[in-house]
Amino acid sequence: MSDSEKKKPNRRDFILTATTAAGAVGVGAVVWPLVDQMNPDASVKALASTEVDISAVEPGQSITVLWRGKPVFIKRRTTEEIESARAVDLSELKHPEKDEDRAKNPEWLVMLGVCTHLGCVPLTDKGDYGAWFCPCHGSHYDTSGRIRKGPAPTNMEVPKYEFVNSNTIKIG
Amino acid sequence: MSDHEYTPKSKVGKWFNDRLPLLTLANHLTEYPTPKNLNYWWTFGGILTFCLITQIITGIVLGMHYVAHADLAFQSVEHIMRDVNYGWLIRYVHANGASMFFLAVYIHIFRSLYYGSYKSPREVIWIIGMLIYFLMMATAFMGYVLPWGQMSFWGATVITNLFSAIPLVGESITNWLWGGYSVDNPTLTRFFSLHYLFPFLILGLVVLHIWALHVPGNNNPIGIDIKKPSKDTVPFHPYIVIKDAFALLIFLLIFAFFVFFSPNILGHADNYIEANPLVTPAHIVPEWYLLPFYAILRSVPDKLLGVIAMFAAIFVLVILPWLDTSKVRSTVFRPIYKQFYWFLVADVLILGYVGAMPAEGIYLLIARVATAYYFAHFLIILPFLGFKEKTTPLPLSITEPILGGSPDIVMARNNSNFKEKL
Repeated sequence: MSDSEKKKPNRRDFILTATTAAGAVGVGAVVWPLVDQMNPDASVKALASTEVDISAVEPGQSITVLWRGKPVFIKRRTTEEIESARAVDLSELKHPEKDEDRAKNPEWLVMLGVCTHLGCVPLTDKGDYGAWFCPCHGSHYDTSGRIRKGPAPTNMEVPKYEFVNSNTIKIG
Repeated sequence: MSDHEYTPKSKVGKWFNDRLPLLTLANHLTEYPTPKNLNYWWTFGGILTFCLITQIITGIVLGMHYVAHADLAFQSVEHIMRDVNYGWLIRYVHANGASMFFLAVYIHIFRSLYYGSYKSPREVIWIIGMLIYFLMMATAFMGYVLPWGQMSFWGATVITNLFSAIPLVGESITNWLWGGYSVDNPTLTRFFSLHYLFPFLILGLVVLHIWALHVPGNNNPIGIDIKKPSKDTVPFHPYIVIKDAFALLIFLLIFAFFVFFSPNILGHADNYIEANPLVTPAHIVPEWYLLPFYAILRSVPDKLLGVIAMFAAIFVLVILPWLDTSKVRSTVFRPIYKQFYWFLVADVLILGYVGAMPAEGIYLLIARVATAYYFAHFLIILPFLGFKEKTTPLPLSITEPILGGSPDIVMARNNSNFKEKL
């Protein structure tokens, strides 16, 4: 072995290395399409945004719309709900986020209605904080959709959205 | 594989066998020397093979009528139940067959645990078995999604979301698994494809499992090494074949009871409601055979750690041959392990029970204690017990306790043992 180790690489070694390298690139190029075909396809991505008419939602009411196959809660909060959400001391929170950052327009809370634990849809107006409660594994959320109790690691996610006009929200 | 040379009697047989030794294989399987003290707990290997074949045949038939599309799947299952000739029977056999398969596999695994069948030299058989078990769970889970009922959809959501616990890449992985941003049509079609594929992978592993078994031969209820072939063995055919067939008949009685008298008792009524991504059922429960792992998942308050604990619960089984330090295989000669064995059985049953209950109050507490004990059994008790436990003396052969049981031989042996101890 020590003799061959000392030997300088010859043309055969070069060919072997080059063939192996080209082969590895080739295998990678073949495998990647087979892996990537499972990622969200063009038709799924095309449904990236949706517009919602919110004119009929009264204070205290909440509607659920489907966006990218997931429910989105649009809640028109009452003054008390806004106050209770804003009065919380951030140090009490598992995932500290100000209500002001979660609901730019305090009256409207828009968030994915998906429990951050394992993806169930929480029930509205339930739980220890009178807001959302996930029946699957017992996560309690407050009136700002922040996790307060239970196994979920983070607050319910606020998607990208904007008010097209005072009656329409565009999600996505 | 075979200990002796085999030559087919007929000329044609010899001609063929020289080119492809299938007849040698058939001869090996018939003559295969089996310990003569195998009890009925050893019949579950055959029962499991039967279950796998049943699932494959009924599954192929169901695949002829089922439509893997989010808008049509639920209807097509009802179409199978109402319109297809004997569709109800084939679907109920397939659905209950999954439960029967798991019932048999749990008995098979616990038999292995009791008689130490996972110990040297059978570690590879055990690991292949665990791979089969893992693939069975994946297959069953994906199969349960196909009817596209509420439990299908939300079970799929909860289980696929387990992967979102992985730091950094969790979300990309779940989106990749789903083919979208939630469980939807792309998820259903790929689950159908994989649900069709996996049983054949299992079949391949079963062949390896049996091959690996035929190298050292069967373990037996007293767990000692035996000479093969010898007075301690009988040929597989007809002795074991008949015993397996009789056990299979009894098993089929139970199977048929479920299929014909209570085909839905092991399922959930919620799965007869079509999947609705806006409403989560009040109480999501996996199929009964996954409940102990589900209880472990829920007993840990942290999401990532819960997922790790659940997978670790399976992984400790894989490395079991190295966790159990005792050289004595059969529990028959391990008085202390025997007690811990039954504690473990009770512990797993308790985990299964609390897995079906809401994760709160007393159930959560029980689940936590039972989870802790589960890991303690494998990671603390088993390694420690192998060094501390005083095992009872092993017989020299299977026949010895019966045929060699004449008073002077027993006395002679006891004397020699006595002297050794001195």
